[in-house]
Amino acid sequence: MDIYTLGIDVGSTASKCIILKNGTEIVSKSLIDVGAGTSGPQRAISEVLDNCGLKREDMSYILATGYGRNSLLDLADKQMSELSCHARGAYFLFPDVHTVIDIGGQDVKVLHIENGAMVNFQMNDKCAAGTGRFLDVMARVLEVKVSDLAMLGAMSTKEVAISSTCTVFAESEVISQLSMGTNKCDIINGIHNSVASRVVGLAHRVGVVDRVVMTGGVAQNTGVVKALEKQLGHEISTSPLTQYNGALGAALFAYQRVIQDAK
Amino acid sequence: MSIEAKIQEFSAIAANPAAQLKKFKDEGKKVVGVLPYYAPEELVYAAGMVPMGIWGSNDKTIVRAKEYCATFYCTIAQLALEMLLDGTMDQLDALITPTICDTLRPMSQNFRVAVGSKIPCIFLAHPQNRFADWGVEFCKDQYRSVLEKLAFLAGHDVTNKDILKAIKVYNASRAARREFVKLANEHCDVVNPIQRSAVLKASYFMLKDEYTEKLVALNEELKALPAANWKGTKVVTSGIICDNPKLLQIFIDNNIAIAADDVAHESRSFRFDAPENVEDGLLALAMQFSSMDYDILLYDKNSNQNRRAEDVVAKVKESGAQGLVLFMQQFCDPEEMEYPYLKKALDAANIPHIKLGVDQQMRDFGQAATAIEAFADVLSMQ
Repeated sequence: MDIYTLGIDVGSTASKCIILKNGTEIVSKSLIDVGAGTSGPQRAISEVLDNCGLKREDMSYILATGYGRNSLLDLADKQMSELSCHARGAYFLFPDVHTVIDIGGQDVKVLHIENGAMVNFQMNDKCAAGTGRFLDVMARVLEVKVSDLAMLGAMSTKEVAISSTCTVFAESEVISQLSMGTNKCDIINGIHNSVASRVVGLAHRVGVVDRVVMTGGVAQNTGVVKALEKQLGHEISTSPLTQYNGALGAALFAYQRVIQDAK
Repeated sequence: MSIEAKIQEFSAIAANPAAQLKKFKDEGKKVVGVLPYYAPEELVYAAGMVPMGIWGSNDKTIVRAKEYCATFYCTIAQLALEMLLDGTMDQLDALITPTICDTLRPMSQNFRVAVGSKIPCIFLAHPQNRFADWGVEFCKDQYRSVLEKLAFLAGHDVTNKDILKAIKVYNASRAARREFVKLANEHCDVVNPIQRSAVLKASYFMLKDEYTEKLVALNEELKALPAANWKGTKVVTSGIICDNPKLLQIFIDNNIAIAADDVAHESRSFRFDAPENVEDGLLALAMQFSSMDYDILLYDKNSNQNRRAEDVVAKVKESGAQGLVLFMQQFCDPEEMEYPYLKKALDAANIPHIKLGVDQQMRDFGQAATAIEAFADVLSMQ
């Protein structure tokens, strides 16, 4: 009989689900653009089940991760920190991974992985600079979509320095640049470099070892990925499943739990 | 009385210092607020008054103190001032403001300007050059100056005999706390991190003879227990203060015990005794300060040897901990500047650690919970 496990990652800005079949095959996924404290988690679970025609009862184990994991005490069988799940998910996608850089809505994490296990990690200080929230704020000020930042930044022709110290200060700098008539594309490129410089310091505390994998929503922004590659001096791998990486790790841990319980 | 009941006594006092202040005042005692770090509380005790520690608050919000402080300023200092301004500590008879910390040194003048008209502020300047004879002499002079002000406040002379007696009381208290820290490690199944913190914190709000008597009784009970068969992990905590029950609950939730600490509010405050074989009480206290070591705030003439960090590493190894959790107070320059040295020593010794940014106005511990939970995962795989 096939074993289905569900991993749900309730982040600060999005809820993501993955259903795995026998711990190896992704049969369904869902993503709702609201996270902890919203209807997002419930909707994500409903959608991921609907997508593959399975029911809650078909799931052998549900494991919740992410900032809002503890809001699912009734729904999930177990909660687990997203750092462990990101490590596991990245190892599944890239078996030779040693460094994971995860930039989410409000956290930046850098993980050092050995043989699939997280052996060291660093998280950002309690500050939005360098996170997805930083990009959200900047996109709003620039009146562009977050999803367009990479494309616009790629058209930059001139370097513009944006502070990486504080989101509020950086926002003021962006407004100042706009008032001086600086090209938006150049500002956006400066923002990408700003995010990268914040993350690089954290990454070096852990130690950067190839293969370096980037996960989380910000990994979809090729501008940030390229800026990070340049500043780190390492090639960075990403996956189309980047946003689902935490949920994937959760589903994998859920499968492991089912197998352990069966023994 | 059961161990739990004994611990509960300490917990109740630690949770409500205002009630203790009121109790002392109702008893007709004079109470002196003592700010961090290393004030010779013995002198307050010797003068027949009650010293009460002021290390900020986990419940207050900074409002009025903002009038006197820059935005990016230590929350412990700001919240201490907040409580002095909002009436919480109006019953204090005086305030001792030590200056060994780079933040609290200028802050001592803010205290004087903000509340000096209602609470006398006693300025105390410890010498960083504390090893040479002249450093000890300077420290003794400072203590003499503090003593004179305390004697004036008490309304009577304070004799050398009074000071020597106070030294004995405080040495006994420090010894009891050091023993409790060891016992709390050995019996971490009985004393959880919240309780451990409360027992140590209560010492700041009780007369030391009464506190020590209760703590010795608790220690005796703990000694009689069989050693814990602890299945979880153990860490050493480091930082300025780590007394927020909500934060410590995360340790409990993840089966993490505190094996020992390198926390200024805890073990760093009772590590060194004053010599009891010195006839001059003020000199004995100055010699105690001279002997203090392994602290971020204290000048180390051999700092290039990274002695402090090596000492922390030794503490982790000796206590049987698998890792270290550093509580980094926001805007604490000394701690932040020391971190690279501490990290270097921990990495060299293959001791995993995490650094958590904290401040006393934190109300949401989601990020800390994630980091501690992940750290527990890392430690369990060691």
